[in-house]
Amino acid sequence: MKIKVSLAQRIFDFFNVIFMCVLAIVMIYPVWHVVMASLSDNNMLIGYTGMLFKPLGFSINAYKLMIRDSMIATGYLNTIFIVVIGVSLNLLFTSIAAYFLSRKNVYWQKFVMFFIVVTMFFSGGTIPFYLFVTQTLKLNNSLWALILPVLINTYNMIIMRTSFMAIPDSLEEAARIDGASHWTVLFKIVLPLSKAIIAVMCLYYAVGHWNSWFNASLFIKDREKYPLQLLLREILIINDTNAMTQGSGDAAEKMSIAETVKYAVVVTGTLPILCLYPFLQKYFVKGVMIGSVKG
Amino acid sequence: MKKNKSNVKNNAYTAMLKKDFKINKSLYIMVLPVIVFYLLFHYVPMYGAIIAFKNFKPQLGIWGSSWVGLKHFMDFFNGYYFLNILGNTLRISFATLIFGFPAPIILALLLNELRNAKFAKIIQNFTYMPHFISLVVICGLIRNFTADSGVIPYLLSFFGVEPKSLLNYPQYFVPIYVISNIWQEVGWGSIIYLAALTNVDASLYEAAVIDGANKWKQLIHITIPSIMPTIVIMLIMRVGNILNVGFEKILLLYNGSTLDVADVISTYVYRKGLLDLSWSFSTAVGLFNSVINFIFLVGMNSISKRVNEVGLW
Repeated sequence: MKIKVSLAQRIFDFFNVIFMCVLAIVMIYPVWHVVMASLSDNNMLIGYTGMLFKPLGFSINAYKLMIRDSMIATGYLNTIFIVVIGVSLNLLFTSIAAYFLSRKNVYWQKFVMFFIVVTMFFSGGTIPFYLFVTQTLKLNNSLWALILPVLINTYNMIIMRTSFMAIPDSLEEAARIDGASHWTVLFKIVLPLSKAIIAVMCLYYAVGHWNSWFNASLFIKDREKYPLQLLLREILIINDTNAMTQGSGDAAEKMSIAETVKYAVVVTGTLPILCLYPFLQKYFVKGVMIGSVKG
Repeated sequence: MKKNKSNVKNNAYTAMLKKDFKINKSLYIMVLPVIVFYLLFHYVPMYGAIIAFKNFKPQLGIWGSSWVGLKHFMDFFNGYYFLNILGNTLRISFATLIFGFPAPIILALLLNELRNAKFAKIIQNFTYMPHFISLVVICGLIRNFTADSGVIPYLLSFFGVEPKSLLNYPQYFVPIYVISNIWQEVGWGSIIYLAALTNVDASLYEAAVIDGANKWKQLIHITIPSIMPTIVIMLIMRVGNILNVGFEKILLLYNGSTLDVADVISTYVYRKGLLDLSWSFSTAVGLFNSVINFIFLVGMNSISKRVNEVGLW
């Protein structure tokens, strides 16, 4: 069937496309600006105002200075530790909870569900949480304080439960009749059939750990244990780049090089996620889709 | 006779429980670590919130500290900052709601109108991207872009605005907060509406075209009503968090000159509790925050159930 397109429709389409292109530029430009600034010559960048479409001059000095600073490497390692251990435990706990809540004919299930969902809408607040973690569990200055309190994200768990419920019961029942334990069913049947949702969960949790800074700012005092985001905060928000610009000439030179170092740090801190992004975006979206089908 | 009946019922109930436990025993054991997790990291802090009614001293513990009743709440309500921070919280929250809530819906509707599916996909991918950048980096970028030599004052200078560091002026704080929020979340937020839009029955549109309805009428009479349940659910969730403004973001953005407009309940809790160490007082303020949120959530849910017959429970 050929659809007749009216003039008004065509005008609308035209402006819609223009609007979308502008939107795409607005979305991408800040990231582009940062990458270009990080590759710029610091002396040219310092006096420059305006948009950046290509590097001003070209210099990778900022990256060299950044790599020389051992704090960034330590921060990276701490963050990687948190992401790897954190995500593994997240997946284990989340899938156990989702498995339990997706079974049929379990009497106490609805109570457990209620017990869990209440925490989405009501919490004791920051202070009692802080006091419990630091005074009762004595986890201050430990990277575990960044992993254990966020073992299960209830929203993610509900997404996973919805996906588990879609797996046909017959498979599980057959295995149970053959004497398989629930652990076997979970690890040998349910999880292998849920690769897409596991990918979604990995990504959600990994991005969450990678980007989180607030709990770290509460619990981690020792600079050796700073995750990357706390270092980024120090450099970007508190404006402290002394450690990295040491021995690079006079005060003015230091100030200008500090500016490019800032950009370089942002690029290194954001790059891993933005590099993965094009490959994984379909999974991110998938998670929202499953989540939007109300369980 | 009646007693007998309820006895029978009771016995049947106990028998059912016993049977359930026998069948599902290993499942209950399996889920124990999950229960322990929620108890420890969610319910213990809820219990710990009773220090709001006490004069908590860490060395005395929760039980050893003396009761003071509603003193901390009264101190807060009568305090110098109460009206100011409550006003700020509501102002920032409503501004985010009014401008931020419709934005992803409009984006989804516009994306849905694009004829070239591939083009739409590319645009979508660009709009999701900012969602994954960490808040620390976003706030670093905001500071940089709004500084007197930054890109935004540079662009504004074409419209005759004197370049200055925008974050140092109270009147710009809320707009910066709201606009950057929309920039970061509009694409991500639109996914759920796009999903709802793909589920709209195509035959409705065909029928409408035959009846001579133009695009605008189709939008008003078919598209919007079809995605209304999604909109309502999202709105309830949003209103249930009315007092939870993005406080991490405010912590990273505010400074001495914008404190008057930027200080919200949760940043106040943070400063009072973790910087001034007034544990009980700040817990009381936090509890006030939670209770108000909860009232809004329940209220919004019941209104929506009456009006739209859609609700969270």
